[in-house]
Amino acid sequence: MSLDIDTPTSRRRSIGSRYSTFMSRRASLMPTLAAILILVVLLIAAQGQFGNFLSPRNLSALLLDNAYLVVLAVGLTFVILTGGIDLSVGSVMAFTGILAASLLSQGLPTWIVIPVALAAGGVIGWLIGVLVHVFDVQPFIASLAGLFLARGLAYVVSLASIRVEDEPLLWLQRTRWTIGDWYITPTGVIALATVLIAFFVLHWTRFGRTVYAIGGGEQSARLMGLKVARTKVMVYVISGVCGGLAGVLLTAYSGAGYPRNGIGTELDAIAAVVIGGTLLTGGTGYVLGSLVGVLVYGTIKKVISFMGAEQSWTQIIIGALLLLVIIVQRIIVARSAARRR
Amino acid sequence: MKRLVKHRLFWPAVALVALIVVNTIARPQFIGITVRDGQLYGALIDILRNSAPLMLVALGMTIVIATRGIDLSVGAIMAVSGAVALTIIDGSPDPEHLGTVLVAVVTAIAVSLVLGAWNGLLVSVIGIQPIIATLVLMLAGRGVALLITDGFITTVNSAPYAYIATGYLFFLPFALLISIAAITLLAVFERRTALGVLTEAVGINPEASRLAGVRSRGIVFGAYAVSGVLAGVAGIIYSSNIRAADANAAGLFIELYAILAVVLGGTSLMGGKFTIAGTVIGVLTIQTLESTILFLGVPSAQSPVFFAVVVIVVVLVQSPSLHRWARNALRSARERRTADDDAKAVVGS
Repeated sequence: MSLDIDTPTSRRRSIGSRYSTFMSRRASLMPTLAAILILVVLLIAAQGQFGNFLSPRNLSALLLDNAYLVVLAVGLTFVILTGGIDLSVGSVMAFTGILAASLLSQGLPTWIVIPVALAAGGVIGWLIGVLVHVFDVQPFIASLAGLFLARGLAYVVSLASIRVEDEPLLWLQRTRWTIGDWYITPTGVIALATVLIAFFVLHWTRFGRTVYAIGGGEQSARLMGLKVARTKVMVYVISGVCGGLAGVLLTAYSGAGYPRNGIGTELDAIAAVVIGGTLLTGGTGYVLGSLVGVLVYGTIKKVISFMGAEQSWTQIIIGALLLLVIIVQRIIVARSAARRR
Repeated sequence: MKRLVKHRLFWPAVALVALIVVNTIARPQFIGITVRDGQLYGALIDILRNSAPLMLVALGMTIVIATRGIDLSVGAIMAVSGAVALTIIDGSPDPEHLGTVLVAVVTAIAVSLVLGAWNGLLVSVIGIQPIIATLVLMLAGRGVALLITDGFITTVNSAPYAYIATGYLFFLPFALLISIAAITLLAVFERRTALGVLTEAVGINPEASRLAGVRSRGIVFGAYAVSGVLAGVAGIIYSSNIRAADANAAGLFIELYAILAVVLGGTSLMGGKFTIAGTVIGVLTIQTLESTILFLGVPSAQSPVFFAVVVIVVVLVQSPSLHRWARNALRSARERRTADDDAKAVVGS
């Protein structure tokens, strides 16, 4: 008899306890959920302010304008998950972009140029990875050397901007597949495909588990017999190849290669990854979070351009909003940590 | 000899000396210092004078890195500081007056202190990762500087202000004396008091040092405040040198060069142990390298390639695993030789 009376209460409690079990097991999801929440709040607030912000055209453009940043952030997520950092991504993007533009202007076919650009990015990434792993150089410094190298090489290729006349490359940006008012270009598809591939690799392969394990504790990963050396070099190669791909996308997007592209983009990418909930200490984070992070970043920039603010205010507002995002995230994470205790 | 090689400043110093030797071979006048009108002249003196802003920023960065942090906002603080100082001088009725310049300098340093304290607050009290906390000011700071100068490059003519970067005192450039003063002050506070040890303790394990009774919050906060002030002084020297406040160009990339200088000097980015002398050597290495690149006539846009190659060589020379490899190679060569000698001895008998 008493059992029957108890049932509803115990069931309710079990939902609550199931929630707290879920939260304690998935505590690392909290920052990413916070980022999604922030994105939703930002979008709704912008809609309330401007009225036409949530239009399909505008949201489609949000992804396509930031396609290159998505690709960079995906590559960077791998590196940051192992506890490293790659400052070279912006410069690598500039280098491979101008390299592609220059090779195309010399008449090489697209199907050769794009692999060459990806390989060039991969080689710089490999160099950084070897410095980090084999020679114990701190990732910050090794990738800083990569930054200088790639930026310098970009200027070696050309000091001025090079226009792209190549049809297949321009096709990547000009083609628009539409569903109603929504549209997507091949560049957007490539960016999303990169995210999906990275998601698959990180969560369903041995390599991905090794990446997380290294971030959790390199020594333990080594003692577990995981292939730490190969994986550590590989994440920088992935980041480099992503930089190469971003260079191709940016060149298609802007219709030209320019050696001064992407100065400071590495910081945008790091900010996006962090907003997306990946900890810079490594081991915790999601590549889908990085996509959300880029969208938050892109939304912030778009809101500012909607307001028509000047350059000085743009920088101040981006800084202030980044701070706001981080503090909100911090509070949410602290709450969930307190709940677990 | 062995102890000398083991000293942690040995390889950084070797890199610097090697650079100077290469330069001297390429152009013998490099090493020469002449006295003219009671002032010292020469390539080395120029390097010392031009290194002042980077030196100040790198010293602050050393302390921040010792606490396991990083300060990306130093360039932006330089821009703000220069903008504040020059706007005050520009707006005053008498820009040549020493009092005006003093007010401008003190205000600029006070503003830099506030910005550094802001970083310290975010990192030590709110607990945001240093690279992100200082990224906020790095992004926003230049916007603030642009706002102060109203989007223009403010130029002024003020002899006392120009003196800061280009003046001479006791045969030496005034800017060099500022950096010597900063080095001395920092060395005294960090090495002659317990502060340095406490800073290292916080850097090695913040939680453990807090439990041991170290006020880790205060120490981390102070590190960012000091870094802010030093960046502010660097901004004053920079703007005094070009006699203008350029919100976009002042201190651009200096955070990267400063971090590089700290690491070249042998301080680990993982926090904990730090060396001020190493940072000084690191800064001089970078500045000598810049002067070498200039002398070689490498087009300035392409100089990053050259820079990257040298940086890679320098970090490789310092790399412990390369040392280990070299030691093993030497040892096995020696063993092979003794084995050969033994074999010969056997054959001989």
